[in-house]
Formats: sequence, structure tokens, C-alpha cells
Amino acid sequence: MMRDVLAAFVLLNVVVLIVTYLTYVERKFAARMQSRIGPYRVGRPHGWLQPIADAIKLLIKEDIVPALADRPVYNLAPIVFLLPSLLIFATIPFAPGLGLADLNIGILFFLAVSSLEIVGLFMGGWGSNNKYALLSAMRAVNQIISYEVPFVVTALIPVLLAGSLKLSTIVQAQEGLWFVAYPVIGQLAFVAFIVATIASENRVPFDILEAESELVAGFRVEYSGMKFALIQLAEYTHMFGVSCLGALLFLGGWLGPGLPGWAWFLLKALFIFLLVTWVRWSFVRIRVDQILGLSWKVLLPATLVLLMATGFWVALGGGHVA
Amino acid sequence: MNLVVFFVVAVVAVASALALVLRRNPIHGALFLVVNLGCVAVLYLLLSAEFLALAQVIIYAGAIMVLFVFAIMVLIPGKEETGPDPLRPQRLLALPLGAVLLLEIALILKSSVFQAAQPVAPPPALPAGAGGIETVGRLLLRDYLFPFEVTSVLLLAALVGVLALAKRKAG
Repeated sequence: MMRDVLAAFVLLNVVVLIVTYLTYVERKFAARMQSRIGPYRVGRPHGWLQPIADAIKLLIKEDIVPALADRPVYNLAPIVFLLPSLLIFATIPFAPGLGLADLNIGILFFLAVSSLEIVGLFMGGWGSNNKYALLSAMRAVNQIISYEVPFVVTALIPVLLAGSLKLSTIVQAQEGLWFVAYPVIGQLAFVAFIVATIASENRVPFDILEAESELVAGFRVEYSGMKFALIQLAEYTHMFGVSCLGALLFLGGWLGPGLPGWAWFLLKALFIFLLVTWVRWSFVRIRVDQILGLSWKVLLPATLVLLMATGFWVALGGGHVA
Repeated sequence: MNLVVFFVVAVVAVASALALVLRRNPIHGALFLVVNLGCVAVLYLLLSAEFLALAQVIIYAGAIMVLFVFAIMVLIPGKEETGPDPLRPQRLLALPLGAVLLLEIALILKSSVFQAAQPVAPPPALPAGAGGIETVGRLLLRDYLFPFEVTSVLLLAALVGVLALAKRKAG
């Protein structure tokens, strides 16, 4: 019991630390893409203390609550938004035997918990009593509901191939060949997964709920100080969590020569994170109706066909079903 | 340990259900419903029905609740519409009807169905992994395949029907 609590405490802190530094990685990466240097002044070399400075700055900022806000909802929203993103990590195996709970139904747990995030987002948008925040929350509901379906379907393809919902078994099934390297099925599923991931993370080109040119900053427009920091932390934690899931499902998790398992795993998660960031800094935002059309008319039928094809393939003796 | 969790969760579930009914603000009510559904999911977990618990979270606490809240948000009455309730007379009926329902429940609980079950030996222990996803999958896709498929066709028909109705109204 004590050991479990301690392990959870350590894991949470490690995750939060990694996520804090992901913001730094993203800023540096984006700067490189735009021929800039990025954060450089705080800490030597290369401004490595920048995330810490940012966190301290946000901590000591004034906390402003709008006069007409729905106070309990407004105040609880950042926490409700953050909780699911942190809970995700309970079931992720970082290396063989290195993880809190390698559930039998790990991937279902992941999908169930991350589907709760929308509640916090909605609470923020509603509780702020701000038209931009509310519009953003409505768009978020539209988008997240639409993209959750193809996201789940693509996540099921590796499940079919491995014949298990347990994340560590899915990784072990990729011993010979990572699922992304499976002929045709693997690559298509991976691309669909990345698209659905970007949409579920609400990043450019699917960031209509943030859309700073129309909605100021979306559902978080009224938040300041530590609450803003919590929302930001939740978003990046979710991004890291989904990157971890992608690494587990398609890139063989901890498998790899030479380096220790957890290092491979983190490198692969970082790769997916950077892939998404690359898309973010290269494309423009698309319209609401285009986003919904893409999900329901293209992505959903395509992933369903892919799932059926995978099913046939497994039934014909491919895959790893024992 | 399980008992403690059960009592805590049960109290939260009942409290949130009460809050759902008693709160004036429909959005608060909907959010309490999320809490309530989450608590029920934990109760399923305590009964080692993992699949049911997660399905509850994905479908009810996640998707359906979001649609609920969305509908409330779009349809929420403005200040000018929250005047006297046009359905006020209905409230008078609520109390006697509720009392009748309570009486019925009490009668059922006292009836032979539950009384007879008590002296009999406790139900046989469930086989390992009874609520697990493998068992559920076997039951659904092997033993009860036909009802399962028929239900899915029924749901599909409902979906298509809703679309057809909505289209006709719009056009």
C-alpha cells in the first residue's frame, strides 16, 4: 500500500517534470524551424531554466476571477481538466515491469479516462461566463466527439494485431516487427492515428477551439496565474500521454537495441510529440465544418475499412493471436 | 478496504444524485450527473466488472454527458424565461406518485422473490475473470451473437430514422 502510494507520487512528479520540459523542447524546436534561437537567456547553456522561470512567474501572478463567473465550476475546471491527463499514466508501461498498473484492459482504461477531459474543458468554457470561452467550449465538444471515434478505431488496430488490450502484451507482440512497419495496414493506421491525435490535442491545424484570431484564447481566456498554468499543464500532459500511447501501439514501446527500455520508450514518445509539433508549426488552421467533414466523411470510413481489413488479416492467420 | 471504498463512493453517489435533482442550475445538475455516473463506474469496478465500468465511463460519463450538457447549453432558457413554471400543477401530483412508487418498491423487497432467496446458500463464487473483457466478449460474440447483432441493427435503424426525420424537418 505505502509502496504503491510512493510509486504513484514519484511517477506523477517525473511526468510533471518531463511535461514541463516538453514546453521547452517545443519552443526550441519551433524556433529552429523558424530560424530563431528560442529561449536563451534564463540559465546557461541554452536557457534550460526557462520552464522553471515560467512556472514561478505563473505561480506568483494574481488570480483573477470574473465577477459574473460561475465560481465553483470556474474554480474546479482546471483540476477536472488536469486529473484525467495525469490518470492516463497509471497504466502506461515505461519498460518491462516499470509502470504503476499494467491493467488487463490498459488501453480501454486510457481511452475511458482521456474521454473525461472534455468535462473539465467544458466547465472552463461555461464557468468563465464569457462568450469566447463558451463558443470555444461548443467547438471543443463538436470536435472532440467527432475525433474520439476514429481515434478509438485506430487504437483498436494494434489491439487486433496483438490480440490483447494489455499495453505490455501489445508491445511484446511487436518484438519482431513494429506495428508501424506492418505492410500497408501499419502505415495507414499510424497516419490516421497521428491525425486523430492532433485533433484530440486540439493543436493546429485543428485548434479551432483556441483560434486566437477569432476566440482570443478559447475556453481559457479568463484564466490567469496558477489556474492558467494548470490548464496548460493538462494540455501538455495529455499530449505527452497520447504520444506515449502512440509509441506503445505503433513504435514498439520499449523495444530497441542498446539503450535501456525506458530510454527507448521516451525517445519514441518524443518522436511522436515532435512529429505533431512539426505539423503544428507547418500548417494553417482549417475551418470548423472542414474539420468535422474530415472526421465523419474521410477519417471515420477510412479507419473502419482499415479495421475490417485488419480483422480479415488476423483471421487469415496474420497477427499474434495465440 | 473494499468496504470503506464502497461506503465512500456510495455516499458520494447518493449525494450527487440528490444534488442533481435539487440544484436549480441545469448545468450544475448535469455535472453532478457526471459525478454520479463516475461513482457507479467505481461500484462496478468493486464488483470486478471492469469492462462494464470502463464502458460506463466512455459512453455515459464521457460521450452522453457531453451531448447532454451541449443540449442544455443550446436550449438553456434565458432570464426572461425562468419566470413562473407553466407546469407547476404537475408538482402536486409528484408527491403522491412518488409515495406510491416507494410503497411498490417496499412491497417488492418484502415479497417472496427476495425472501426466498435469503435462506438459500450464498451464490456460487464467480469464476476468475467473470466480469473481465474476455468473458464479456465470449458471451456477446459467441453465446448471444444473434441478439447482439439484432440489437446493433436496431440501433442502426434508429440512427437512420433520426437522420431521416431531421432531414425532412430541415427541408
